[in-house]
Amino acid sequence: MKLELRGITKRFGALVANDHIDLVVEPGEIHCLLGENGAGKSTLMNVLYGLYHAEEGEILLDDVVQHFAGPGDAMAAGIGMVHQHFMLIPVFTVAENVMLGHEETRFGGRLDLAGARAKVREISARFGFDVDPDALVDDLPVGVQQRVEIIKALSRDAKVLVFDEPTAVLTPQETDELMAIMRQLKAGGTSIVFITHKLREVREVADRITVIRHGKVVGEAQPTATNAELASLMVGRAVELTVQKSPAQPGDRALVVENLSVLDANGHRVVDSVSLDVRAGEILAIAGVQGNGQTELTEAILGLQPHVTGTITLDGRSLRGASVRDVLDSGVGFVPEDRNEDGLVGAFTIAENLMLDRSEGAPFVRGGTLQLGAVQRFAEEKSAEFDVRSQGVGTPVGRLSGGNQQKVVLARELSRELRLFVAAQPTRGIDVGSIEFVHKRIVATRDEGIPVIVVSTELDEVVALADRIAVMYRGGIVGIVPGSTSRDVLGLMMAGEAPTDHAATAAEGVAR
Amino acid sequence: MTATSTARPVEAGAADRVAVRSYKAPIAYGIFTLIALVLFVVLGRDGTSTFGLSTNADLVQLAPVSLPTRITGIVVTVLLAVIAVFAFTLARAARRIPLWLTVVFGVLFLVAFLTWASANQTIPVPGLLIGTVSLSAPLIFGALGGVLSERVGVVNVAIEGQLLAGAFVSAMVASITNQPLIGVLAAMVAGMLVSFVLAAFAIKYLVDQVIVGVVLNVLVTGLTSFLYAQVLVPNSQALNSPPRFPRIPIPLLSDIPILGPVLFRQTIIIYVMYVAVALVYFGLFHTRWGLRLRAVGEHPTAADTVGIKVAATRFWNVSLAGAIAGIGGAFFTLGSVGSFNKEMTAGAGFIALAAVIFGRWDPLRATLAALLFGFASNLQNVLGVIGSPVPSEFMLMLPYVVTIFAVAGLVGQVRGPAAAGKPYVKG
Repeated sequence: MKLELRGITKRFGALVANDHIDLVVEPGEIHCLLGENGAGKSTLMNVLYGLYHAEEGEILLDDVVQHFAGPGDAMAAGIGMVHQHFMLIPVFTVAENVMLGHEETRFGGRLDLAGARAKVREISARFGFDVDPDALVDDLPVGVQQRVEIIKALSRDAKVLVFDEPTAVLTPQETDELMAIMRQLKAGGTSIVFITHKLREVREVADRITVIRHGKVVGEAQPTATNAELASLMVGRAVELTVQKSPAQPGDRALVVENLSVLDANGHRVVDSVSLDVRAGEILAIAGVQGNGQTELTEAILGLQPHVTGTITLDGRSLRGASVRDVLDSGVGFVPEDRNEDGLVGAFTIAENLMLDRSEGAPFVRGGTLQLGAVQRFAEEKSAEFDVRSQGVGTPVGRLSGGNQQKVVLARELSRELRLFVAAQPTRGIDVGSIEFVHKRIVATRDEGIPVIVVSTELDEVVALADRIAVMYRGGIVGIVPGSTSRDVLGLMMAGEAPTDHAATAAEGVAR
Repeated sequence: MTATSTARPVEAGAADRVAVRSYKAPIAYGIFTLIALVLFVVLGRDGTSTFGLSTNADLVQLAPVSLPTRITGIVVTVLLAVIAVFAFTLARAARRIPLWLTVVFGVLFLVAFLTWASANQTIPVPGLLIGTVSLSAPLIFGALGGVLSERVGVVNVAIEGQLLAGAFVSAMVASITNQPLIGVLAAMVAGMLVSFVLAAFAIKYLVDQVIVGVVLNVLVTGLTSFLYAQVLVPNSQALNSPPRFPRIPIPLLSDIPILGPVLFRQTIIIYVMYVAVALVYFGLFHTRWGLRLRAVGEHPTAADTVGIKVAATRFWNVSLAGAIAGIGGAFFTLGSVGSFNKEMTAGAGFIALAAVIFGRWDPLRATLAALLFGFASNLQNVLGVIGSPVPSEFMLMLPYVVTIFAVAGLVGQVRGPAAAGKPYVKG
């Protein structure tokens, strides 16, 4: 089926998310939509899927103008979508999820679950998926959940399939499998729109590439284009793709974690006997697919987890069981993975957010009253230093872009006397310019001789920053390997396969 | 991965769960065993306790059962102690305490308590159970309304208001028309109107659902009390003396010993209740309606992306929930009391809400929970009549104590519908 978008314009208040976007997807082609976070890719696809209504423009399928009042209409017309955040109901079985919205019923209004199961099995068999129709979605790994999403779309005979950032939650190996599935779908005549900001994937699978920036189509590219060409199209200027850093000068062991385990509220062991150490002046990257215990590990170091066993020592002092205040006072800087949830108070100004952790006393608080002058001066100084772009330090941080919000967090955490710096997903959801800035600051922090932990699910970031890499899988550490380890090895480790002895001993060598 | 997880001696899916020893249940057993020891053995009473098993109208007359009070107390206390010790060994081995053990413990304790309280007296067992059904009926209707509403994602604190509105309107309409069935229909409409307000504020205007619910309860209480004083009291003959539903014995079934008179010699509202429980259960878990309803309550965005209209689904199902709760209100005036009184629901809506949580948002379990609460209330009535040694003020507390224990202690952490209480904003 041929899909054509003509002059789609979507506004949110004063913000123009999509500005007269034209796009043609031919039958049986994989069309990549490439753009930075916030460029308007997802908005465009939500317009296509009927979730948003465009102010201007029209959608054509096989040259017939469509009017979608909601997702139901879009699906009926043959459009399917694999969402970035899976649209699956965790407490339902696979079959129930697949049938939801177009249920077949039998006598007395009973749901025809047998039919739904058969359909799941049939589609699974066609694509070589191993999906149990009676499994609860909640119990399935994310890779399998994504397949359920694909089955869901295909069970409605989707002729145009949209993948919205499908690789964000996958291991490299799962990503390769997904690419194979996309090629198989294409061979079967399905048109595919593949939304991503990862250049490697685009070049591997795309037939055509459309690049979007600030809500506008800025150009088309061939899959043969180089990474640098694609990146500069996406960002609008030449981009440094690699992080410049000199070899690490590791000092003494600063942070030592031994046999650390964390239990969650339900008694699940989310961090399982983790032992690692970080030396002064090195970056230890913790890699792994989202949800393998990285969050809880960093939170345990900061004192945010209630059920922790094992030891955490920083420069010989124990941190386990210490209050968050004590941990901060011992010189730990922490960039949480969800800045809006844990890093900032959205309704507070930049200045207030910058002093949030310093409300204990001088210079910002004297005799219980805020020293507004000192707060203001500090904020202006830090905003300039960290290049926070705003209309002044009195702006609520909720109104800043993701990149500028992250710079505020970074400014606050790095402007104390640090003995350890922990950054969780430091560049998630921010623009390329800010990513460069954040990476430079992290390397600069290391070069000051501070031990740094970077938690990231993006392999590119891990490889760019790390001096050593610890890979987590199901709460445990699969292995700690040198920063130069190949992506293939890291990919296997992210799926739980222990590295060869050679790589592991090499890392030990670096550590010593 | 499969190889490692099958090698572990734990069930699949819980492979990484660490066994946590919980002594909550055994400690509770221990405390109740101690209470039993003090009440039934140390303060044990002499004499015989008699349990009447049949009413005069029964076809098959069962002879009353007599138990020696003190010996029964001692035997049961020993049994309770055995169960408590067994539970301790289970907990030490980090095993789960099975539910049936709690049920057996509870029934044994209850038997001993009834025996002790009725020394040299007769407890009419059918009477105790018939009263239970009639006290539970409004709770069950209210709980069904609560289950539906919460399953679709709207927290329904307004059950109390829906019951009260149903009670008031059904009394008035049935008095005017002299038709109890029309009274029930009017009660459903009244419950639905209360739901409309809840739904409109919660779904359209995104107001906090708990606050709207509480406000609605206060509003309905005030409104009905005012109208009762101003309109019903001066014209009580014309407006507040509704005809009551007659009892309709079902042939054959009503002659089953003990259960017959309890379950099948009832008014039509109770029969409607049986059907309602079955329908809600079947509908919720086996039909398209139920699947969509639960989807909207768990993950409204996902439901939206498969073409389900979230706001409409919520609105109409919350309204349906109000209508069902309204029938419960009608039972107060047309089924049991016979006229409307000021604030006559007396917190039944909140106990129904507790039954929803105790029943883990499942219509059948919620019904059982409502029956348990109804039984506790009626036990207090019956013991008051036969003159128990426990002060009546203490007995009045019983249903609420059971509610607190049930909701706080026994349920533990349960997960309700994920999106309950959260307004759905598109985009």
